[in-house]
Amino acid sequence: MKDTIYRSHVLICTGTGCVSSGSKEIKHELQDQLAEKDLLNEIKIVETGCHGFCEKGPIMVIYPEGVFYCQIKEEDVAEIVDEHLLKGRIVDRLLFKEPMTEESIPSYKDIDFYKKQHRIALANCGKINPESIEEYIANNGYEAAGRALTEMSPQKIIEEVKNSGLRGRGGGGFPTGLKWQFASDNESDKKYVICNADEGDPGAFMDRSILEGDPHRIIEGMLISGYAIGADEGYVYVRAEYPLAIERLEKAINEAEELGLLGEDIFGSGFNFKLHIKKGAGAFVCGEETALMASIEGRRGMPNPRPPYPAEKGLWGKPTNINNVETYANIPYIINEGSEVFSSIGTENSKGTKVFALTGKIKNTGLVEVPMGTTLREVVFEIGGGLTEDKKYKAIQTGGPSGGCIPEEYLDLPIDYDSLVDVGAMMGSGGMVVMDESTCMVDVARFFLSFTQNESCGKCTPCREGTKRMLEILNRICDGEGKEGDIKLLLELGEHIKATSLCGLGQTAPNPVLSTIKYFRNEYEAHINDNKCPAGVCQELAAGYTINENTCVGCGQCVKVCPVDAITKGDGNYYVIDSEVCISCGACEKKCPVDAISQG
Amino acid sequence: MKSLEELRELREKVEKDMEMRKEINKPKIIIGMGTCGIAAGAREILKAVMEEIDKRDLDVEVTQTGCIGMCEKEPLMDVKLPGKDRITYGNLTKEDVKRIIVNHVINGNVVDELVIARLEE
Repeated sequence: MKDTIYRSHVLICTGTGCVSSGSKEIKHELQDQLAEKDLLNEIKIVETGCHGFCEKGPIMVIYPEGVFYCQIKEEDVAEIVDEHLLKGRIVDRLLFKEPMTEESIPSYKDIDFYKKQHRIALANCGKINPESIEEYIANNGYEAAGRALTEMSPQKIIEEVKNSGLRGRGGGGFPTGLKWQFASDNESDKKYVICNADEGDPGAFMDRSILEGDPHRIIEGMLISGYAIGADEGYVYVRAEYPLAIERLEKAINEAEELGLLGEDIFGSGFNFKLHIKKGAGAFVCGEETALMASIEGRRGMPNPRPPYPAEKGLWGKPTNINNVETYANIPYIINEGSEVFSSIGTENSKGTKVFALTGKIKNTGLVEVPMGTTLREVVFEIGGGLTEDKKYKAIQTGGPSGGCIPEEYLDLPIDYDSLVDVGAMMGSGGMVVMDESTCMVDVARFFLSFTQNESCGKCTPCREGTKRMLEILNRICDGEGKEGDIKLLLELGEHIKATSLCGLGQTAPNPVLSTIKYFRNEYEAHINDNKCPAGVCQELAAGYTINENTCVGCGQCVKVCPVDAITKGDGNYYVIDSEVCISCGACEKKCPVDAISQG
Repeated sequence: MKSLEELRELREKVEKDMEMRKEINKPKIIIGMGTCGIAAGAREILKAVMEEIDKRDLDVEVTQTGCIGMCEKEPLMDVKLPGKDRITYGNLTKEDVKRIIVNHVINGNVVDELVIARLEE
């Protein structure tokens, strides 16, 4: 018997895997299709065993070409027969794609989010296990402390930190080396070092992430600082709202004690150092250093006038050095790499890098560490990936409730301590809240002021009473009851509060209001003079919504989302909004599938 | 810790320990367990990983790490196969974990749709 010569063989996998994903049905369909086209004498169907590639089943291989199709569905069969078997054209979309090889995956350093970053404080975050001191040590951890304690004099360390140009990362931007020098120069039988981890700015979370991701770096930084100023005891003041940071730090301190990296005669240098954690109760003002120390001492967290500065009379009246988490995180790098390497990064008066917490209307929410002098545009559009929904940039708020809003015209501003102050904002701890065109700047100012007003400790009158009066005015403006002269009054109050408050909280609390008036005065004026909120945020002022009856398809989805039942059926196949009832929430506009609803 | 030499000896030892871990060909799964990761569901991911490892009786080391900055893409999970670069996956669900374990950890094929980046040694 003469074998039929087939021009093509179609192999269908009928292993268990492919059968369960439908290869039997495909075989039947193929048979039907071939019969219909009268191809059964030309093309042979072969059932095969498992290809071992069940993930991509059902699988079909067609010879003589050896084409490998995968994840075929019944409806694909007709296309394969028409295109491949009749016309000889391979069906690209069903072809097997090679799994990604490692080489084709972009490296961290090549993806936009990391390309412009320079990680010093965050170097280990996300890379090592924070609960393993061995991993920290394997990454050169405690080398800086070891060298500092055994090979460097305290004064030499202070000189290195001074030469590095490192400035306080908590917001003030005071030169760290100078601070250490003051604390070192004050003779005393007892001194302290404190790490300020009372991170309270809305939108800032870099300190928490460092403590959670690399706690040993902070311990090492504090150890070096203690040795440099002659302190044998330290406190980390961390807010109780950060339970994971506290847990990891506790564990890290225990591990360091077990290895003798904390305790007595560290590295055989004769230097002793112990570290405690003090949990803060969440008052924003306790981030202010004198209030923070009062809180550690067990007193109510309220600021005291300076001088005396902590370097002179700090914790329990003893000379104390107090730095922020990120500041300490830079110290091991400076000792290991040298002050010259550190000071080669950044701008003339702001050296090194700064960590920013990117939040708000931005695509890549997250933590970024960039060299000082990087522009806002690079941070927002290159690293941050631009605004969500590609909306228009309006402003960026830096420095938390103490900072200000920076408008579009300053997007190319290189970020450093001084440039931000020049435009009425500040570095602060590094929170960056991005705002788009749908943000009302008066409302933003009101939000930040209500935060500081709430957190005002009440000790001094300008802050306690002044912020309250300012907030009342802002509330009035947002409610459509703004009066002529309100802007002038806000400016006057703001300047007075800044000039006469006792601590940093009051001295900076008016900043969000002052900077929004400076750059977005027209929005204030629109609220007061025209009774309009240009962004449509302030509900009392927002124009009501209307439905275009020609566009409306009468689907009725808007009716379901309206919270006040303002929408009813019109005379035809469309709906109408009762402007008396409408509260301008905008829920219907978002829901409408044909964009028939608009404001005004 | 009585001297700098002691620290350096310890470092060499732990570095060697880590080398050794590579040599015994143990894959490593690292889960981003910062607050951002946990808020995005990292604990569920960790549980799913442990379940898969248990179910398939795998010899895999599971550790955690802190925030790497890409909070937007949490939960994040890294897979490090012996002698290979560390691969980061993001925006994960419990179902994704199964796929990554079957395809990448067991069979060595990177799951391309979920991949974010590669961390070179």
